[in-house]
Amino acid sequence: MAQSRFIVVGGGLAGLMTVIKLAEAGNQVDLFSVVPVKRSHSVCAQGGINGAVNTKGEGDSPETHFYDTVKGGDFLAHQPFCKDMCYQGPAIIYLMDRMGVPFNRTNEGLLDFRRFGGTLYNRTAFAGATTGQQLLYALDEQVRRFEADGLVNKYERYEFLGVVKDSNGSCRGIVAVDMDTLEIKSFKADAVALATGGPGLVYGRSTNSMINTGSAASSVYQDGAKYANGEFIQIHPTAIPGTDKLRLMSESARGEGGRVWVPKQKGDSRPPRQISANERWYFLEEKYPRFGNLVPRDIAAQEIYNVCVNEGYGLGGGNMVYLDLTHIPREQLDKKLFGIMEIYEKFAGDDPRDVPMKIFPAVHYSMGGLWVDYERTPDGFLDRKSPRVHMTNIPGLYAVGEVDYQYHGANRLGANSLLSCLFGGMVTGPAMMEYVKNLNGASGDQPGSIYDDAESRWKDRFNQILAMDGEENPYRLHHEMGEQMIRTCTIVRFNKALSENEGYLNGLSDRWKKCSVLDTGITRNQSALFMNHLWNMIELAKVINKGALLRDECRGSHLKPDLKMEQPKDQNSPEYKEFLDKWHKQNDEWLKTTIAQWSDEGPQISYEPVDTSIIKPIPRRYD
Amino acid sequence: MSSTIEVHIKRQKEAGKQPYWEKFRVPYQASMNVITILQEIQRNPVTTSGEKVAPVAWDCSCLEEVCGACTMVINGHVRQSCSALVDKLEQPIVLEPMRKFPVVRDLVVNRQRMFESLKKIQAWTAIDGTYDLGPAEKQAPQHQHELYLFARCMTCGCCVDACPQYTREGDFVGPAALGQAYLFNNNKSARFQAEERLNALMGEGGIQDCGNAQNCVRVCPKDIPLTRAIAKLNGATMAQFFKNLLFK
Ligand SMILES: Cc1cc2nc3c(=O)[nH]c(=O)nc-3n(C[C@H](O)[C@H](O)[C@H](O)COP(=O)(O)OP(=O)(O)OC[C@H]3O[C@@H](n4cnc5c(N)ncnc54)[C@H](O)[C@@H]3O)c2cc1C
Ligand code: SF4
Ligand code: SF4
Ligand code: FES
Repeated sequence: MAQSRFIVVGGGLAGLMTVIKLAEAGNQVDLFSVVPVKRSHSVCAQGGINGAVNTKGEGDSPETHFYDTVKGGDFLAHQPFCKDMCYQGPAIIYLMDRMGVPFNRTNEGLLDFRRFGGTLYNRTAFAGATTGQQLLYALDEQVRRFEADGLVNKYERYEFLGVVKDSNGSCRGIVAVDMDTLEIKSFKADAVALATGGPGLVYGRSTNSMINTGSAASSVYQDGAKYANGEFIQIHPTAIPGTDKLRLMSESARGEGGRVWVPKQKGDSRPPRQISANERWYFLEEKYPRFGNLVPRDIAAQEIYNVCVNEGYGLGGGNMVYLDLTHIPREQLDKKLFGIMEIYEKFAGDDPRDVPMKIFPAVHYSMGGLWVDYERTPDGFLDRKSPRVHMTNIPGLYAVGEVDYQYHGANRLGANSLLSCLFGGMVTGPAMMEYVKNLNGASGDQPGSIYDDAESRWKDRFNQILAMDGEENPYRLHHEMGEQMIRTCTIVRFNKALSENEGYLNGLSDRWKKCSVLDTGITRNQSALFMNHLWNMIELAKVINKGALLRDECRGSHLKPDLKMEQPKDQNSPEYKEFLDKWHKQNDEWLKTTIAQWSDEGPQISYEPVDTSIIKPIPRRYD
Repeated sequence: MSSTIEVHIKRQKEAGKQPYWEKFRVPYQASMNVITILQEIQRNPVTTSGEKVAPVAWDCSCLEEVCGACTMVINGHVRQSCSALVDKLEQPIVLEPMRKFPVVRDLVVNRQRMFESLKKIQAWTAIDGTYDLGPAEKQAPQHQHELYLFARCMTCGCCVDACPQYTREGDFVGPAALGQAYLFNNNKSARFQAEERLNALMGEGGIQDCGNAQNCVRVCPKDIPLTRAIAKLNGATMAQFFKNLLFK
């Protein structure tokens, strides 16, 4: 039998770890990425990566990490994924340490850990405030080593367009376009992993990189892959508003002691340092004495929104609050948060060591993504011998990293994504090998026609796009869609607006057809590629919007003020019992995964149970 | 501040074609950067003389100066366009592609040679495997700090663009790769391959190509002390040279 062929699309943390696992076992891997992998979006991750190493004598443990993760996600995550991930956390951090990641150190020379949201423990390892960059570089270096050894073949500046399926519907390869020449080609594989990251660009402006269009995920969704929990979009509480991007100020700023406040007097226009301590409203600390500024992101974002939009305490009457670090010694800020100090200085023009930062929530992360399968062991871990781990419903097609859906439920805890990407890669590579072992006939034995057909479908699609010369400008259309999605489908959601969006988004599909491609050349024709992204983003927006419309409850990042149930403070009161009854009723109805499947008439939504067999769901509280 | 911004952009249809200049005028917005300008041109790709043209091609990704993608020459200085704030730039703003790499189109260049240099100097730790072997050795916080300075190199290429010794035709690995060689030679386990790295740097295109012009440090957006690394590597390659002679 010919040697098995593996394709990994995406060279962020998840993709590179998958590649390393495959190559380390001696396999040949083709790696595709729209940017040189060293420039992948994972470089943006600032604050750190979680692992319950318990070096501070706090009694932290993987089990507690598991509990925090599941509770943080409002119980919507599949528990075996979370459990296995949290138990592997310490080993993964050690591995990255061995690869040479310059993690911050304690005086004794051990790995240092800091606090993050949604937990009471110092559990987050970090390399300054550019942890994602440092982790990605370490993996990039390992992959370069495999490349030098001839095991990995990189196709950088190649964009994945779609999968190639055989007559049984199994994935047998991909079609990709060389971005520099617009040449479209098919590539054979026995198993393919998509590690293409999140879809932040559906919202136009977000904390995400410009390459995070979700286009690859959308393409396979339109080709039959199930998309799960699309409506769960994380809004990060603290970002710098901007015209091109909403730049993140990492949660680590609060982990290192940063405090969120507004002046108690509405519209107080004095410079912040002239406002004395008792004239400031530290609203998170006041409402959540136990977790304070480190409540989970969904809660922090909702509170900041509420204080500004509903209560009118935003700075200067606008939509901003202070994130204050000025009480922390400069040396400490430089040692632990340099990367984000630099970003604020360069982009906002003030020194956050002297002046409180002005921030507002922004679209940040997608908990939802391509649906993937798994098998579990009786004690609640993933079955490592199963080829189904991380496999989509298209046999032979895997999804891993932010593009998948199962680790973070309805709300991701800070510093858990880097961990889920690395853990995901560590189990996806081996699952792909298991799958290929049992595969009937290699891709080499497939009739050439399946590749030719797929290739010509995409060539036709691009020829169509290159001929488009209507009145609409695709970039303006995208901008408009983003602003609409930000207005209607972020922190607070109302059914009226969401149902109006359905018509609006269908209208966008029509307007897409009236676009001009703007550029008819073949060399680095970015607008032609963008036309394809835009189509795919509109399809994903429909998934996000429909899921949000139908989910009639509040869970994690998904907040419908009309359906919000206030939790009484006193757990022994009769009101609490009443609340609990209502909560159970709603939870029984809605504790389920949203599944979207593509159809001509828009996304078809169904639901699937969640494995909550290890930790029993309860109403969340952090006060 | 006027309500529009004028930009002059050096364009090129494809590799090998003659470059040409085009002028655009875009609406001013508070806190805009060079990326915002290029995005405005995408939304309305019309030159100052009213001609409809193809939008300008350029690379970008993170928009927070951490991926290195968006590097170009702005008003004569090589730097990242995402962190180039319009309020701090003289107008008209002049944009050109980087000068030491082949142009793909407009402001897009191919920096593959920098990644190849990283291969030459074995810029990695030769770990035994990804299985669980516990943590690495303990490390002094000061040592971590020193390594972190160099580890922030985003292979953006500003330093090679500014380096007089790095030419399109030559084979000099360039300052960024030298900085990385220094980084790995000081890493607790990657230093076990230090000799191989030094030997690679003795050959063609290695460290002797550096003329110590110091341009590289001046343009590095991450303030990486490249010349310090180069000085130390110089000493180390010298020592390695004599060691090689003795043990031949
Ligand atoms: C500003 C910011 C800060 C963050 N900080 C943290 C943090 O401190 N801790 C934490 O845990 N998480 C953090 N996150 C989240 C985390 O960074 C991401 O979720 C994670 O990096 C995603 O990694 P990934 O491997 O899934 O994908 P990415 O890193 O996004 O990589 C995707 C890859 O796919 C490629 N690709 C995409 N589409 C295609 C296509 N069509 N064809 C070919 N290739 C394609 C890209 O080129 C890229 O290589 C942060 C996120 C942001 C935005
Ligand atoms: S010091 Fe060396 S590497 Fe740096 S710019 Fe000068 S010649 Fe180039
Ligand atoms: S050393 Fe500095 S200038 Fe050179 S590539 Fe690295 S970050 Fe860019
Ligand atoms: S876009 Fe990443 S450095 Fe500018």
